[in-house]
Amino acid sequence: MPDGRTDNPQLIALQTYLNGLDKDEGSLIVALQRAQELIGYLSEDAIFMVGQTLNIPVSKVYGVVTFYSFFRTRPRGKYDIKVCLGTACFVRKSPAILNELATLLQMEVGTTREDLKYSLNTVRCLGACGSAPIVQVNDDLYANVQVSDVAGIIRRYLD
Amino acid sequence: MHQSIKRVNSLEDLLELQRQYSHIADFRTGRRREDGHREVLICGDTGCVANDSTEVVREFNRQLAAEGLEDQVKVSVIGCFGFCVQGPIVKIMPDNTMYVKVKPEDVPDIVHQHLLDSRRVKRLLYHDPSSGRDLEHSEDFPFYKKQKRVVMRNLGLVHPEKMEESIAFRGYEALARCVCEKTPQEVIDIVRASGLRGRGGAGFPTGIKWQAAADQPGDVKYIVCNADEGDPGAFMDRAILEGDPNSVLEAIAIAGYAIGAHEGIIYIRAEYPSAIHRLKLALTQAHQYGFLGKNIFGSGFDFDITLRYGAGAFVCGEETALLHSIEGGRGEPTPKPPFPFEHGLYGKPTIINNVETLANIPVILLEGAEWFSSIGRPGCSGTKVFCLAGKVRNVGLVEVPMGTTLREIIFDIGGGIRDDKRFKAVQTGGPSGGCIPESHLDTPIDYDSLKALGSIMGSGGMIVMDQDNCMVDVAKFFLEFAIEESCGKCAPCRIGTKRLHELLTKVTSGRATDNDLELLEEFGQTICASSLCGLGQSAPNPVLTTLRYFRDEYEQHVHDHHCAAEVCIDLMEFEITDACIGCNVCKKNCPVSCIDGAIREKHHINQADCIKCGSCMSICPVGAIIKK
Ligand SMILES: Cc1cc2nc3c(=O)[nH]c(=O)nc-3n(C[C@H](O)[C@H](O)[C@H](O)COP(=O)(O)O)c2cc1C
Repeated sequence: MPDGRTDNPQLIALQTYLNGLDKDEGSLIVALQRAQELIGYLSEDAIFMVGQTLNIPVSKVYGVVTFYSFFRTRPRGKYDIKVCLGTACFVRKSPAILNELATLLQMEVGTTREDLKYSLNTVRCLGACGSAPIVQVNDDLYANVQVSDVAGIIRRYLD
Repeated sequence: MHQSIKRVNSLEDLLELQRQYSHIADFRTGRRREDGHREVLICGDTGCVANDSTEVVREFNRQLAAEGLEDQVKVSVIGCFGFCVQGPIVKIMPDNTMYVKVKPEDVPDIVHQHLLDSRRVKRLLYHDPSSGRDLEHSEDFPFYKKQKRVVMRNLGLVHPEKMEESIAFRGYEALARCVCEKTPQEVIDIVRASGLRGRGGAGFPTGIKWQAAADQPGDVKYIVCNADEGDPGAFMDRAILEGDPNSVLEAIAIAGYAIGAHEGIIYIRAEYPSAIHRLKLALTQAHQYGFLGKNIFGSGFDFDITLRYGAGAFVCGEETALLHSIEGGRGEPTPKPPFPFEHGLYGKPTIINNVETLANIPVILLEGAEWFSSIGRPGCSGTKVFCLAGKVRNVGLVEVPMGTTLREIIFDIGGGIRDDKRFKAVQTGGPSGGCIPESHLDTPIDYDSLKALGSIMGSGGMIVMDQDNCMVDVAKFFLEFAIEESCGKCAPCRIGTKRLHELLTKVTSGRATDNDLELLEEFGQTICASSLCGLGQSAPNPVLTTLRYFRDEYEQHVHDHHCAAEVCIDLMEFEITDACIGCNVCKKNCPVSCIDGAIREKHHINQADCIKCGSCMSICPVGAIIKK
């Protein structure tokens, strides 16, 4: 891909987007956010493309990518499960919910399963402290989750 | 937007529009009634959406259509009412009836009984446990009685996506009056006289900061709105942006006028999609009306606002780190001075203000500095919004005058501790704050009193803890946060927080000595004194305050290897009691096969092999397994 040619439609879309940006560092984070939105994660190709188009050394781009927790360099599972570990959720026992999810899905926290079906991660505060503890699966929010609810939640995301 | 929007070219134009739309405000506040006409207000804040309020909205629309009521009854999705634990909340105007915990299946009753027959749906009214009565009007709820809404004046009242509603509630009038009738210096003088201090945590006087930037030479300056809201237990800034984005936009423009800037930037967390959506809509509409852009209100003042998204780094809430992040780099702090007001974004004078700080500005300019400083206490005027959460009954967003006591917030507004448990501590200020015990609950809250207790005001997170929370574990939780979020640039923060965490882990696993407690204190103080930015300087606060107020709990862990809250798993044993029926279920499920026992005989856990996962306890059909 270093020559800039690709037939990956997502990368083509990214290239079009990048061409319209100011070619300076001020555009870097915006560009990476857009790349992740298009591709789902920041692939090596995407990181190269951003660096080359904006005229920023790839090492520098990489430094920025790894600094921010929002960016990921691996694909996410089909169902992206997040357990809130903000303080309100923490004091209302969200770590137990996280454990239960890890046990039932047979996976480690912070990973994506081999079959790319589930990712299990923690987040710091989704801003819904009134309904703590909170679990988010893709765009669905689950409020006041108890350990005994976990199996039922997973059952909605089996296909 | 249906009708084409006419640009507003003067203060007079705006006041004329305000008059045109005044019926909206009058109806919404119950000042005006129209035969048969009603409005259903539904909270569309993230908290209520998590509880399915979107489906409640859909159900109302379906039911109203089915009854042919669409013309008489309007459904509006608005901002946070604050009483989040009772969500989704539905309010019927002009009757001023508040229904709580409304589920989609409750909607037909509201439509048939209330809207068609004017009878209240009793079972959906708020039941006040203190008086035992069902209350209809929110003003009568103990939760709202001691509150005063200044910052949140429009939340739960104004539709955040409709500019005409903002205008009806005097939106952009303060901006118009500033640019048309006041000099920048007059604006700064009013803000100074109001005594407003920064709500982002440090409490720096806003007027003084603006003055410093205004005094800088040059005509390129910036206003940055800090909407990074990093405290993992605070969501007031999100709620303000979702519920009343126009007040924040207006304030940014006013700040720009005051210091001589023409560009504003809102740095907002990418994790807040709904707030971003509302801001974008408000920006587009503000441009259409001419509230932003060129020649605002015909005054010759130009101002524009753009959005920048944070990418998930707590340290980016710190001013210098935030600026580096906007410039596209790693969000690492740099030493001050130079201060942002002299050398900020792209090297230009820059003012950074928090969302809540800004939301105060329009109302200060409309009502006057004297009005504002009459609220709160001397040296600390106005109100503060707190995100009251944790083990308290009435979880939600509360706004109180400065100087209200912690006890009033937790027990009068918050309704005390859930499930009749015992209060243990309240944590203010998030990861940079501290835990305050019962003996200090009568402290009137302001920046200085909380600091004297070893905590801070912070952005307004207030997490209540009960007897089931272990204070060592809580301190450890906050340190884990600090370790994860430390940017790594300076050694005291990068290495020191790790060492503190190791010491705490020794405590929670029963391996610590008295000497370790001394070390914790010494390390903590050293990190505070030697870190580069506010993150490291305050990261030990949760440890230092728990050591100060809950030392006996630490000592219990160290001396007796006991965790009274039953949280520190390493100090606990699982035990099978005589209630065991010998069903073999726990034995089959134990991941390390450390349970023995023949069928129909009492089982036994082999403590040496037990990994304390607790799966036996949760699976036992007769609850015969206990933790001690
Ligand atoms: C580690 C750290 C995180 C911070 N996070 C925030 C934040 O999320 N929101 C905020 O408004 N201020 C935050 N601040 C405070 C800001 O640096 C700054 O003081 C504030 O935005 C100034 O605005 P104000 O004067 O209106 O309060 C943080 C400070 C530090 C040291």
